[in-house]
Amino acid sequence: MSAVLPPAAALGDTFQKSEGVWHAAWRRYRADRVGMVSLAIVLAFLLLIAASALGWVAGDWQREVGVPNAPPTFVGPRAAEATGAIDKPTGPNVDLSAVDPLAPRYKEWDERAAKFKTVEIHRAETLPLGADRLGRDVLSKAIKGTEVSVFVGVLAALTATLLGTLLGALGGFFGRWVGDILEWLYNVFESIPGILLIFAFAAVFGRGIGTVVLILGLTGWTGMYRQVRAEFMKHAGREYVRAAEAIGASTGSRMFRHILPNVSHVILVRTSLLAVGFIKAEVILSYLGLGVPVDQVSWGTMLAEAQSELILGHWWQLAAATLFMALFVTAFSLMADALRDALDPKLRGLE
Amino acid sequence: MLAYLIRRLWQMVPTLLGVILLVFVLFKFFGGDPAEILGGLNATAEQVDAIRQQLGLNEPWFVQLWIFVKQIFSFDWGKSWATNESVANLFATRLPATLTVMIPILILDVLVALPIAMWVAYRRGSLTDRLIMVVTTIALSISLLVYIIVGQYLFGFQLGWFPVQGWSDSVWTNLATYVPLPVLLVVLVGIAPQTRLYRSFFLDELGQDYVRTARAKGMGEGVVLFRHVLRNAMIPILTNVSLALPGIFVGSFLIEVFFSIPGLGREVLLAVNRSDYPVIQALTVYLAVLTMLINLITDLLFKWVDPRVVLK
Repeated sequence: MSAVLPPAAALGDTFQKSEGVWHAAWRRYRADRVGMVSLAIVLAFLLLIAASALGWVAGDWQREVGVPNAPPTFVGPRAAEATGAIDKPTGPNVDLSAVDPLAPRYKEWDERAAKFKTVEIHRAETLPLGADRLGRDVLSKAIKGTEVSVFVGVLAALTATLLGTLLGALGGFFGRWVGDILEWLYNVFESIPGILLIFAFAAVFGRGIGTVVLILGLTGWTGMYRQVRAEFMKHAGREYVRAAEAIGASTGSRMFRHILPNVSHVILVRTSLLAVGFIKAEVILSYLGLGVPVDQVSWGTMLAEAQSELILGHWWQLAAATLFMALFVTAFSLMADALRDALDPKLRGLE
Repeated sequence: MLAYLIRRLWQMVPTLLGVILLVFVLFKFFGGDPAEILGGLNATAEQVDAIRQQLGLNEPWFVQLWIFVKQIFSFDWGKSWATNESVANLFATRLPATLTVMIPILILDVLVALPIAMWVAYRRGSLTDRLIMVVTTIALSISLLVYIIVGQYLFGFQLGWFPVQGWSDSVWTNLATYVPLPVLLVVLVGIAPQTRLYRSFFLDELGQDYVRTARAKGMGEGVVLFRHVLRNAMIPILTNVSLALPGIFVGSFLIEVFFSIPGLGREVLLAVNRSDYPVIQALTVYLAVLTMLINLITDLLFKWVDPRVVLK
């Protein structure tokens, strides 16, 4: 830095460049060990998700690679009688060719059959994390499910953030009748119990990934709206905004170039909290059949399948989905907590 | 007091109108055609047209809105499209089951989490505190779904302590036999977030000047905690409970689905899956009204609990 700015260095202490807010936040964040570990875990997950989205891993999660309900490798293959195979007959082999009317044609059929190439499909007895009812690899499913669940949660959080920020900015900055109308809208959405609102939207919009994102985004913006509105009300009367107005900055510029960067840390923290909530909501919606369609996999659909498998003693799909979810969501929430502490040190220690 | 009450009730009118408008617009302009849903796949064009005539769907939208408003204020929603059961009857028969499960949950939730949170907050920064915070963070990250699946399997199927699912006509049988397992699971899952939340309320109070004063004049820790801190911390805790209160009418739909409890939550879900619009619309509007009324009642209760609160 100092190499690029020789005059500042020349001026010495009188003209020290102050640290930017993001810079300072990053310095504080780096000091938080839990935050750094969870950030690493989240980044690892994001890499995995990117690889899965590009088809590098888990692209073939729908292929039936193992025997049905194949156990995980560390458990070992199931005993032979448990797979339901029919025992070989042990009695004496009776020659029936004398009375069998089809006997002369067996040879011809065998020859004709030999012309067609058949491939023996080898199905694995065990897989790293086992297989589901159809013999699909649970590990691939869990990776693909992570991609879908996280994608839905994050996209829905971004939708809600966009909606909440925009409405909150308008309501907080303009106040008066704009504020009144938005406040009325907020009251309307708040007075309907959240889950019921989600159900009502689901009844109308049908199923699918895009729909889930839309439903969660459209019903989850209220908290963001409230907070952004409060921040904008606080900032709208401050000197720097008045100064911007005095030098002729337009309304839009004052709202989004001057105030927005000053409240963006609040928005960032809120968005990460929303994402955690929406990931959990997607799991439940998918379980209930209101979420992702049947030809896709998410943590919720995995859990729905796992319920009937558990009764038969096949616990691995449940364990895999739970493990992936627990690891990601814990890391993500801890990261959000660390982020909040780093961006807004006043809040530290309250929780 | 009376003036306050009237003003609050008056303020509900625009919100209620908004809810009605929202539900109307949602189902009218984004939902499927009711006549086709009602007619089924094999309905002829004449049949669909007849249904449309009957429901008033050929009228302009403002007439339909008027029909909708009339339905709300006359409590006459007609019949469920799927089962032909009247919507009013549906409410009356499903609500008791939901309340039988949700009221014990609400009470136990507070009674269990309160002492834990107080104890954890009192020993803030100690190993126990940190351990509990870590455990609750991890516990929170797993979906309620997993706990229910595993809990039902473990306690109902493997250990056989409770019936896996079921319901009877007698309230006492329900409470003694069928309710314990779902309540136990929900309360166990709820402990983690409730404890975290209540802990932060207690911490807020423990840092106040009056606590230091009380200790400085030689009061016992028990008196400080239970007479001073607890009373003050009860205010945010009660706010929180009151926020959860409207939820007991919706019920924990997951619990109802898993344990085959014939409550409102399961009914809504069935209605969503069957595109049974009257049921969803009625529930949404009435629960919104209920939520507003409960919020008003809690505000009045606060005045009674905490004399410092000024109603304005």
